[in-house]
Amino acid sequence: MAAMNSVAERRADFPVLTQTVHGKPLVYLDTGASAQKPRAVLEAMQSFYEREYANIHRGVHELSARATERYETVRGDVRRFLNAAHADEIVFTHGATEAINLVAQGWGRTFLKAGDEVLVTQLEHHANIVPWQLLQQQTGITLRVVPITPDGDVLIADVAAALSPRTKLVAVAHVSNALGTVLPVAAIAEMAHEAGALILIDGCQAASHMSVDVQALGADFYVFAGHKLYGPTGIGVLYGRRDILNAMPPYQGGGDMIESVRFSGTTFREPPYRFEAGTPPIVEVIGLGAALAYVNAIGLDNIARHEDLLLRYATEKLSAIEGLRIIGTAPRKAGIVSFVMANIHPHDIGTILDRHGIAIRAGHHCAQPVMEALGLPATARASFGLYNTTADIDALAAAVIRARELFA
Amino acid sequence: MNDTPLNDDLRDLYQDLILDHGKHPRNFRVLDGANREALGHNPLCGDRLVLSLKVDADNVVRDAAFQGSGCAISTASASMMTEMLKGRSVAEVEKLFDYFHALCTGATPSAEGVAADDVERLNALAGVRHYPVRVKCATLAWHTLRNALVPSDEKKASTE
Repeated sequence: MAAMNSVAERRADFPVLTQTVHGKPLVYLDTGASAQKPRAVLEAMQSFYEREYANIHRGVHELSARATERYETVRGDVRRFLNAAHADEIVFTHGATEAINLVAQGWGRTFLKAGDEVLVTQLEHHANIVPWQLLQQQTGITLRVVPITPDGDVLIADVAAALSPRTKLVAVAHVSNALGTVLPVAAIAEMAHEAGALILIDGCQAASHMSVDVQALGADFYVFAGHKLYGPTGIGVLYGRRDILNAMPPYQGGGDMIESVRFSGTTFREPPYRFEAGTPPIVEVIGLGAALAYVNAIGLDNIARHEDLLLRYATEKLSAIEGLRIIGTAPRKAGIVSFVMANIHPHDIGTILDRHGIAIRAGHHCAQPVMEALGLPATARASFGLYNTTADIDALAAAVIRARELFA
Repeated sequence: MNDTPLNDDLRDLYQDLILDHGKHPRNFRVLDGANREALGHNPLCGDRLVLSLKVDADNVVRDAAFQGSGCAISTASASMMTEMLKGRSVAEVEKLFDYFHALCTGATPSAEGVAADDVERLNALAGVRHYPVRVKCATLAWHTLRNALVPSDEKKASTE
């Protein structure tokens, strides 16, 4: 597998990266929004459709049996990927957003009441804010917010100050999508548990950048999205501790999640099937399995090291540009550099970079409270993946300088 | 280096006039005595502006000003628009809107009823038609204007 650890070899695995955009070689620096897909994922899905596709958990026929086995094998792969204790702690959803909504509606609506508190941080993605606001409207819970520092960091002391005997759940990002801050989630989990609360960790920006061990972290719930992990869209994962999932009622009703259906009363299957109503994203699960295999073959520690080098290189290179300010300077960061420039709005930066073939994200990154806390309308954000090189960052820096010249 | 074509291409959008209005927006202030106003918001990028107008009894715009934050394109568009509005009747404003909207969205704009120097000024923003995701930036101020002039409870323009 030595070859897979050369970035040039890895780049060749991603068909999309070979194209030109506006006449320039594509420089893809928007993996934080969604990662590109290696050929292995595309081929696994194509091949599954061509040879093994059928609905799962239903047919007595051969194809259905094979599809079911492949689907359940990926559940085991995800268990290993997260080091969960049991495969039945892995629920497949249609995305990380659905996974959080499942917890808010399935767990929150069942066990929380007016006066109980859910604690989030000001760094959260909208997907880890709005489901709790909906729960607030439904149950009268209180949503409390841990502030962030001007560096974009979350301090343990501020979490401690916000926890109370009323706190029932702490819902935090593992890595901030807007700024790249790595949150001290293991410490937060310990404090949450001491306060008698559970912890949900939004791992969307973490799972593809570092190895995750839900047991070591002390996670009660952990969610991530397939598409940010080099897998397909339409597939997310909810990890939930077995005893917690067992106590939760279904989130949605439908086929495959029931034991028996009678008009006098319906009984539900055990987790995780109780939470997978209807035909699931079967082929996307197969694609996720291929993505996990791809990432595992390179090794998450290697990916983390590679991206850390890119982060340091980009931080140094961009900091040297006059008028550019990096937003988010916490001591622990992963794979993301957000920045603003004097006199150039992030959207204009985005357009100018795009004409240089460089894809970044410009805007509020679905994290408006972060922007509000830092007093910014928006930032430009470059985010890195396993296929990025220092040459990508050189191209970024050169185009940023050109933008400054254009606006001078 | 093939720098020149790239700069020309971007220059099509970021003309000197646009950059100047983006950096130094005109009529960027609170308008005392305003009797029409609307909030414009592009939720996708967070651009936000408040447009204030003074419209007299004959339906003529006497003064226009705006405040808010946005990119160079949306700021320049709003700035240039407020310069054009003074002394225009609501009916004339409608013609300007139609012309500008067609210009930005790639349709063939009809200049009928639009003065030649207005056409020239509005055409400075025509480059945006080659940047589909930025059309909303250029038209935000104009949609907001329309909302300010239409007597209704809905005072919030959105490009979404």
